[in-house]
Amino acid sequence: MEGFLNQLPIGLSIGAVLLLIALGLTFTFGQMGVINMAHGEFIMAGAYTAFLLQDLAGRSAVLVALPVAFVVAGLMGLVLERAAIRHFYGRPLDTLLLTWGVSLVLQQLARDLFGAPNVQVLSPTWLQGAIGPMPYNRLFILALAVGSVVAIWLYMNRSAQGRRMQAVMQNRQLAATSGINTGRVDQRTFFIGSGLAGIAGVALTLIGPVGPTLGTYYIVDAFLVVVAGGLGQLRGAVIAAAALGLLNSYAEFWTNASLAKVIVFAAIIAFLQFRPQGLFVLRSRALT
Amino acid sequence: MAALVTALAACGGDPATTEGTASGGGGNTIKVGLLHSLSGTMAISEVTVRDAELLAIEEINKAGGVLGKQLEPVVEDGASDWPTFAEKANKLIAQDKVATVFGGWTSASRKAMLPVFEKRKALLWYPVQYEGLESSPYIFYTGATTNQQIIPGLDYLKEQGKKKIFLVGSDYVFPRTANKIIKAYAAANGMEILGEEYTPLGHTEYSTLTNKVVQAKPDAVFNTLNGDSNVAFFKQLKSAGVTAESMPVLSVSVAEEEVTGIGIDNIVGHPVAWNYYQTTENPANTKFVEAFKAKYGAAKVTSDPMEAGYNSVYLWAEAVKKAGTVEVEAVKKAAGGIALERPEGLVTIDGETQHMYKTARIGIIQPDGLIKEVWNSGEPIKPDPFLKTYPWAGGLAS
Repeated sequence: MEGFLNQLPIGLSIGAVLLLIALGLTFTFGQMGVINMAHGEFIMAGAYTAFLLQDLAGRSAVLVALPVAFVVAGLMGLVLERAAIRHFYGRPLDTLLLTWGVSLVLQQLARDLFGAPNVQVLSPTWLQGAIGPMPYNRLFILALAVGSVVAIWLYMNRSAQGRRMQAVMQNRQLAATSGINTGRVDQRTFFIGSGLAGIAGVALTLIGPVGPTLGTYYIVDAFLVVVAGGLGQLRGAVIAAAALGLLNSYAEFWTNASLAKVIVFAAIIAFLQFRPQGLFVLRSRALT
Repeated sequence: MAALVTALAACGGDPATTEGTASGGGGNTIKVGLLHSLSGTMAISEVTVRDAELLAIEEINKAGGVLGKQLEPVVEDGASDWPTFAEKANKLIAQDKVATVFGGWTSASRKAMLPVFEKRKALLWYPVQYEGLESSPYIFYTGATTNQQIIPGLDYLKEQGKKKIFLVGSDYVFPRTANKIIKAYAAANGMEILGEEYTPLGHTEYSTLTNKVVQAKPDAVFNTLNGDSNVAFFKQLKSAGVTAESMPVLSVSVAEEEVTGIGIDNIVGHPVAWNYYQTTENPANTKFVEAFKAKYGAAKVTSDPMEAGYNSVYLWAEAVKKAGTVEVEAVKKAAGGIALERPEGLVTIDGETQHMYKTARIGIIQPDGLIKEVWNSGEPIKPDPFLKTYPWAGGLAS
């Protein structure tokens, strides 16, 4: 019984990890329609940022790394958008292949820079310990996920930039005729989306491996959350991440990890049969 | 799968050269193939084995080479993709005409290459501990088979009074076969298996599994997880409050190379089972560790699979010297009974199974990230890949 009850907070914490890795994608994939296979490598860049900052900040590197990783991964995203992706807007398959190639290049780059083996990122001493089944580092990730969602919501709904972003997302042509520089908005959206991946990468150093292939472990889950939640829908992503986390937690508790993966995939496929657009649908009168 | 590999083998090379295996080059060099994953998920482990093999080749060349010829390594990338291993093995044999190939890590890559080597009657030296139950006439197995690693590991747990065991492993052939053996051993030795859990390769979410393990309250965990999953597993186990004192986790796929990536904090004090540690004391090891650090950097560590890869080259070279030729059948015949002092101690080739006599060693992970030996089998154990000499293992081989 205790094991059963423990799975509840565990499921929420799995959901928090899912949400964190998917948040950036709700921008780049959800809002801009770019299937960015290199999203996982931006997560990796965030993790390596924490690794590098250890020399300066010691065990508290994780905290210092959060803003730095946001900027580092964000700039990588910006460069990718300016140099390549903007030439492929409206051509999802080409973008998919392009960004997949970029992800392979970035993985090999990490291997050349940091070596093939995983590196060590020490977690802060104040994150060691647990309340019941919830380790402090999991609570930290949960708090970080909640904090990120609140910050994004405020940005999207309370700032002029955020509202312009929503306008472009809902109706690009109309936004452009209203005088919004859509190219500039695209850059900013991609910067923020990629930067959020960097933040996820820092958080993941607390619980997972830090190596060149880190991104590949999370990319599929990230897309699942965005697809199930509905493209570009923040609350959809939040609900989908929590639901998938809980489903994963209990499915694995009653069966095993391999079967749990199957159950989660099957559930998502079944769900998409009823709601192909995901949980929430963006209503727009744009002629696309 | 076998059909696919055969198909690849059949169309991979120039048919005219099929019979011309193992000529090893006619000039002043003998070509040898090194086939490991240099990219993809397995690169993390296999690159270091290739490095150790290159070191052995360099040392042998410095000492005058083999049969008066220098060895010339031909390096190929298996790319963590099993059909690629078969294809590249084919290329090395048919196109480069290498005398032998050193390569592989995962059992899946070995099983993909096996039909290629058997068909073309070429030699593969496979350097990693594996699940046993195999003995190809064209493969030399220089890592441990189960009775040289897993069974000694169980003997150690039994000696420590650990009666209730939880099994955790990655979901593929090695952990599943290993756990079959462990369950048979447990039944015969009065140990209880409290649970058996598998996770997909590359799995990184271990909170549910940790909860299951903690709830079952085992005396020890037997861990056959592979690759990056070990990092996530140990990090999450530690943050759930599990320590080496409260619940030791015996691993068979975590060596010096992986400890830093896992985080020394997270794994210190836990036991591992291998045949070699960087700290193993003997002159051959001192020389190996010094040479490796001199070539690749002082921060590098040496581990069991690297040492087995390093040994493979020396054992092959010795067999070639004894045979007086690189011709495969002659080398195979000459190999049986060859005994060399290696970094792990005395290694003897068992001609019958083409496995090695190896000393089993249990070690504890130290705060400096190295592994200290706490138990060994005293003498090299005769390889028994099919566990014929263990009465409780009857029926496992089928």
